[in-house]
Amino acid sequence: MTEKLKEYHAPVWNESSIMELGYPGRRGLLFSEAEPNIRERFPEPEALIPASMRRRSAPALPEMTEPEVLYHYLRLSQQTLGMMGMSIFGTCTMKYNAQINEAMAWRPEVTELHPLQHEDTLQGALEVVYGMDTILRELSGMDQFVFQAGGGADAAYTSAVITRAYHAARGELAQRDEIITTIQTHPSSAATAAAAGFKVITLMLDENGYPSLDALKAAVSDRTAALMVNNPDDMGVYNPEMKEWVRIVHEAGGLAFYDHANFNGAMSKLRAREIGFDACMFMLHKTFGAPKSGVGGPAVGAYGCSEELARYLPAPVVTYDGDRYHLDYDRPHTIGKIREFWGNLPVIVKAYAWSRSMGAEGIAQASDISVLANNYMEKGLLAIRGVTRSHPNASTPRLEMTRYSLQQLKEDTGVDVHDVQNRMTDFGIDAMWTSHEPWLVPEPFTPEAGEMYGKEALDRWIAVLAQISDEAYSDPGLVKTSPHNQAIHRLKAGMTDDPSSRAMTWRAFLKKRNNGALGAGPHDPAS
Amino acid sequence: MGETAARAVGFTPLVVHRPEEVDTVSADTQVSVAAMSKAGVDLILFVGGDGTARDVLASKAQHIPMLGIPAGVKMHSAVFGTSPQNAGQLAALHLARDSAAAVREAEVMDLDEDAIREDRVSARLYGYALSPYERRLSQNAKAGAGPGEEATLDAIARKVAARMRSGVLYVLGPGTTTRRVSTSLGLPSTLLGVDAVLDGRLVGRDLDEQGLLRLMADRESYLVVGVLGGQGSLFGRGNQQISAEVIRRTGRDHIIVVAALEKLISLDGEPLRVDTGDAEVDTMLTGHIRVRTGLEQDTVYRVQA
Amino acid sequence: MSVPTPHPYMANSVPALQREMLDSIGVDSVEELFVQIPEDHRLQRPLNLPPRLSENELRRHLIRTLSKNTTAETNLSFLGAGIWQHHVPAAVDEIVRRNEWLTSVFGEPSSDHGRNQAWFEFCSQLGELLNMDLVGLPVRSWGTAAGHALRMAARLTGRNEVVIVRAIDPERLSVIRNFCEPPEMASHIGIRLVDFDAATGQIDMEDLHQAVGPQTAAVYFEVPSYLGVIESRGSEIAAIAHAAGAQTIVGVDPISLGVLSAPADYGADIVVGTIQTLGVRMHAGGGAGGFIASSDDPRYAAEYPALLISISETLVAGEHGFGLSLFHQSSYGLRDKGNDWTGHSVYMWAIAATAYMAMMGPRGFEEIGAQILQRAHYASQLLSEIDGVDVHFPAGFFKEFVVSFNATDKSVAEVNRTLLDDGIFGGKDLSTEFPELGQSALYSVTEIHTLADIERLSGALRKAIA
Repeated sequence: MTEKLKEYHAPVWNESSIMELGYPGRRGLLFSEAEPNIRERFPEPEALIPASMRRRSAPALPEMTEPEVLYHYLRLSQQTLGMMGMSIFGTCTMKYNAQINEAMAWRPEVTELHPLQHEDTLQGALEVVYGMDTILRELSGMDQFVFQAGGGADAAYTSAVITRAYHAARGELAQRDEIITTIQTHPSSAATAAAAGFKVITLMLDENGYPSLDALKAAVSDRTAALMVNNPDDMGVYNPEMKEWVRIVHEAGGLAFYDHANFNGAMSKLRAREIGFDACMFMLHKTFGAPKSGVGGPAVGAYGCSEELARYLPAPVVTYDGDRYHLDYDRPHTIGKIREFWGNLPVIVKAYAWSRSMGAEGIAQASDISVLANNYMEKGLLAIRGVTRSHPNASTPRLEMTRYSLQQLKEDTGVDVHDVQNRMTDFGIDAMWTSHEPWLVPEPFTPEAGEMYGKEALDRWIAVLAQISDEAYSDPGLVKTSPHNQAIHRLKAGMTDDPSSRAMTWRAFLKKRNNGALGAGPHDPAS
Repeated sequence: MGETAARAVGFTPLVVHRPEEVDTVSADTQVSVAAMSKAGVDLILFVGGDGTARDVLASKAQHIPMLGIPAGVKMHSAVFGTSPQNAGQLAALHLARDSAAAVREAEVMDLDEDAIREDRVSARLYGYALSPYERRLSQNAKAGAGPGEEATLDAIARKVAARMRSGVLYVLGPGTTTRRVSTSLGLPSTLLGVDAVLDGRLVGRDLDEQGLLRLMADRESYLVVGVLGGQGSLFGRGNQQISAEVIRRTGRDHIIVVAALEKLISLDGEPLRVDTGDAEVDTMLTGHIRVRTGLEQDTVYRVQA
Repeated sequence: MSVPTPHPYMANSVPALQREMLDSIGVDSVEELFVQIPEDHRLQRPLNLPPRLSENELRRHLIRTLSKNTTAETNLSFLGAGIWQHHVPAAVDEIVRRNEWLTSVFGEPSSDHGRNQAWFEFCSQLGELLNMDLVGLPVRSWGTAAGHALRMAARLTGRNEVVIVRAIDPERLSVIRNFCEPPEMASHIGIRLVDFDAATGQIDMEDLHQAVGPQTAAVYFEVPSYLGVIESRGSEIAAIAHAAGAQTIVGVDPISLGVLSAPADYGADIVVGTIQTLGVRMHAGGGAGGFIASSDDPRYAAEYPALLISISETLVAGEHGFGLSLFHQSSYGLRDKGNDWTGHSVYMWAIAATAYMAMMGPRGFEEIGAQILQRAHYASQLLSEIDGVDVHFPAGFFKEFVVSFNATDKSVAEVNRTLLDDGIFGGKDLSTEFPELGQSALYSVTEIHTLADIERLSGALRKAIA
């Protein structure tokens, strides 16, 4: 290693919990009194509530002024690294959340709409929704998209519920009780299939890094309701036999759902419908440039399907008659609702804006760049001591992600992937992603370079990992005690899970601390 | 035994047993382990292979977890680290009581001398020992022990038991996984042997091939088996009683395999092994098979001779 | 293909830089990196999408398009029914729009510290309003919260039937029905609906007694109900459920909790509801968000499908941080063996809500509750003074009430059409959802509605039914 890399330092505000701030009587928001006419008629508002249902004691909320609240949360925002430094968290497809998109989505023409307004008053909103539908149809070959699902998992759930409706309509639901997925498909496919009442059949990987056709054949039967699968998976491995997979599942009478969570490397390169899938899902808060928001949302899982399945879609569906846009609720075969109303409009606006800013050419470019960047990083990362790649037999270039392992580093130095994640943040790089559960590859990590960051940024990421590897071999304690430059240090192991110490609210925390389960904190009045 | 090596790397060992000969024998291992057990150690960490694991097992220190530092090739027992470094890490985690290290009952297996006399390489199940293993945990779960494989396996076993049909013979292979099925039926079981259940009753204990074939005669039967050892043996190693002929008569679609997903993952992509001594049956078994890994969950896994 | 123009969002879109990267990995063209995808999977033509727009063009295009909307800001709206118009402080908008948390993912508790603390403060403040010790991070809506809670109850009790009030938002009920699975599924949860009293809108206790039994996993009711009514016999309902060994689940709008009793105080085991009213704009329904709360009993904690965040000590004495709790029991940790499923939700709205609750404080909630009661009751009285207009359940409601046009010759649709011409969004049409209420509409009145607004509505309605 030549020169030591410069480190970052987080702001350390030592910000107290808001539950301890404020002073009795202080106000953050006032409401003008009701007009005299109103007050005269109802001088005692509490009398309007049945006596049995009146609140007896005021909630123990903080009493603060507006600036106290504002600056408290701005300080907390500063203690959140996000993409202020660099974040290439695999499977999350970190891309630029354009400010113009935010500005448009926060206009009152979006924020001040009620979902039950007459459709005549929603023509602009519906035009954007329909425009996004049209774009996604072109990207997938599907016939109709809906945006009701509040995230990718919710869209997978939509798919499982539509699978129920499809087989119920054919009188086969009781018989078709199995959904097939693969161990490398996102956990939400398996979870939503199970939550929808299906038995889940999981295919494990074979030598090539994806499950073999033979494994699928061993799973398919007249009990098969559907296949739920991603491609490529989150190791960047593409299953080239997918057309045959879909054919086999169709032949057995099942449906095929394509989870397009890993779409960045495939967009403009292939279309789900042409591979044979009946339905697919896009995450607008990921591939289409809307923010991930702490993997928390608001988000949209756009679910699209063939004409045959469209009758089951959750209502309403946005339609266009060549002149006006409509919210079509009159759909007799609909599965009903997955979530109230018709979708997170602000997220759709942001995704539509991203798509229009990129155009066909930009989308193809983004796909190219993300795959190039991943392969560029791979060369640098594999040169680092202690780093290996998953499935060495699968030697063709991976798509937009590669799964690596730090098992060698761990065996050599005792430094594990969690230590490395923590140490990375000392350089202003947010913790890299490891892998979904279960960990097939020990000590896994999975960067996804994406198209936003430049070569210099990718080089720095590689250099940081290289330096941490050097540190692990020369001074493992430095890595194992990291982070050193953050607002706080690592959590004590186990405290967030142990029933005697975990506390999901301040009131629970106070009770457990008073029971002596927790040590006195810095904010303890007694300390 | 090990004293010189320990001193060479700077430890100050407490010597519990001095062998009489330079070339140590099984008895030395057993005496040493017994002494360690008496001294109240937290872990018996040994260097060796399947034979040593057997010796440790034979010294009846069952309450103390054992962990092998692999000093040979392809161990059959499931009590070894994947490499010497890995064994070291695992020992450290276990001794530090780190929640990433859990303890489970693991198979102790060794070469089958009978098979060797027939010029075949096979392995026999000698017993079970407590052994630490590392849970592969994501960052957020690091502190939390999830619902373990124990509860899942119990649930599957209860379901297998509940779904048993009358007039059908259920042959339960050796091991702790299949023992759970007997337990949920309220029946005793032979840990290392093969038992048979018919209409909720135990109709055969510790059966050999002939005993099995007699019970199976003119009767529909199912085989319920677990996955044995560190190499993922399905048939032929550790459950030789379930012979090629027994498997042939049962039929591939009447084999119920139960295993924890973690056990499959620990095979690192290697297939489940079959070695029945009959090429035709091995070929019939080769391919992909459904393994029950959860209550309403099957995992499809590769089988190879 | 022509050389593409570098794009402002993509630093590596400069062709020379791509060449440099290709050379460094020894590859001639990007195309070679896609060899994994077989030729017959490949799309054989360029995508056919509308042309790329510069930021200036995009802005003009979107403003032109969006201006075709008519908003509840330039009009006077009385729509509620699941999304309500309340005042949102400007400071809340500023906080929730910060790029730091918008761009965060799952970092370490140290690198996500500020955001995690904000999430914990959301749970903590909501816990105070609810008088409950365990509050999960938000779920996607009130309906999904109720659906998850009912499944939790089914797991907790090992039973497979739930009792739900019929006076419920049909959208929410539809979400719940999907959560409860159709009868063909082995894990189906049956739903029994309990009628409401035609005179008061409250639960028909006779019917409730009939419905609850040893098969009941949970009784679910809402305060206020979909029809606006405050259920006055909360303790009695909870007692009936508990006597049968069932869970009591209550749905609430937390903005009412400055004046209304916390459901835990009348016996609720699990409480669900919306968080939209706590500082989140309507966003055409995109403001929807829900919560699940309960006691801190590990039995309940073990059934949460939502992510949970806990305070924790760090390795440095006296320092605290926040980390996910019981992650392993979620579908992230256990795939199909996890509790239901989890994924993207509406966590940014938790940040809006925590800022809102802190600005409100105990006095703010008390005042807003009182104001809403006064304004809504005033509106109700004023409207019922109109000839031909009645209010179905004129007493004991919070902010919504059912206005009947049965004594006029107008349908709700016709009335609303006329109101719209006057710049007023009339209440939600209930005529198909609750036919027994005839031509009725659900009106929502909140703190934002002034005397003048209410009088304007009254005037417009007189005209509309004439």
